[in-house]
Amino acid sequence: MGDDFRSSQPIYLQLADRICREIVRGDRKAGDKLPSVRDMAVEAGVNPNTVQRVYAELERMQVAETRRGQGTFVTEDVARLRELREELMHERIASFVRDMTEMGFRAEEIVTGVRAHMERSLDTAQGGRTE
Amino acid sequence: MKPSSIIQLEQVSKRYRFRYAVRDLTFSLPAGRIIGMIGANGSGKSTTLKLMAGLIRPSRGRVYVYGQPAERRISRCVSYMSDMDPLYGFYTAAELISFYERVFPDFDTAKAREMLEFMSLQPNQRAGDLSKGNLGRLKMVLALSRTAPVVLMDEPLSGLDPLVRQSILKGLLSFVDLSRQTLIMSTHEVVEIEPLLDTAVLMADGHVLDIRDIDELREECGLTLVDWMAERLSRPSTGYFGANQA
Repeated sequence: MGDDFRSSQPIYLQLADRICREIVRGDRKAGDKLPSVRDMAVEAGVNPNTVQRVYAELERMQVAETRRGQGTFVTEDVARLRELREELMHERIASFVRDMTEMGFRAEEIVTGVRAHMERSLDTAQGGRTE
Repeated sequence: MKPSSIIQLEQVSKRYRFRYAVRDLTFSLPAGRIIGMIGANGSGKSTTLKLMAGLIRPSRGRVYVYGQPAERRISRCVSYMSDMDPLYGFYTAAELISFYERVFPDFDTAKAREMLEFMSLQPNQRAGDLSKGNLGRLKMVLALSRTAPVVLMDEPLSGLDPLVRQSILKGLLSFVDLSRQTLIMSTHEVVEIEPLLDTAVLMADGHVLDIRDIDELREECGLTLVDWMAERLSRPSTGYFGANQA
């Protein structure tokens, strides 16, 4: 409970997105059983009907599959999960680039900026300092 | 358009002396959902719930619940939780459960005991000695332990602190059976309740301004429940039937 759905995106999409991130991060692995509809509803603080919609959406995306009488599972199709990882990356990059472009940054500036940032944080990590 | 409606109001008005509490309500609500009645104090939410519960009779129009006219005997199909404290204070939680078991044939005693434990309530404590929060929890246990197809809750969260509200909502999600029940509740805690709702009914001045599904509002209009309320209440002249033009 206590989850917030303040963004005006549909709640079922926000929850589906959250589960996709958990899968990409490795918190949920290929073939893992997802919580029952009721448990997920209580955990996320949303309506059970919404969870049903979330699981249907994940199935449509071929990220999860429902086995009759057993529940819903993360797909065992590892290639699909690699693809999902790529998709999430491109989605985030696209939104970042859109943001930067809106502020008037040019492509080279963005790339240089990202590279410089990555090098800086790499140095920081190697120097053992924390931010 | 709506799949199997479980509640139906046809031109319903309720008048107390010279004042209309609700006026000319015509709408239906679908089964198997959690539905929120929202709106300011005095907008007619409680009156509408009482009409559905058969606790008051309309001055004009008809109310149907589960296909039957909502008269006093509709309480067989409707579990109603009042915003008042109607429990007999001298009864313990366990005694209230056996009292409910005798009054309501659809009362599920095993479920009630399970909920009591889930809510960390003591069976031997007298209702009159309970804190406001625990009384709220006990009322929820009694209302949800009936297998009635319609559960009505009038302000189940009002006057309770945030932690109690969270635990009550958690209990609600854990024990409501949407494959067999429809839950309709009135509330002011709009932000908190939004993720739990399928559908919201917005009332103002005794009228229903609009009825919308939450994810439809977000998907099609990019509005949260609060955004939508603000938008709808700022131009209250358009009635429910004008809503689709937006």
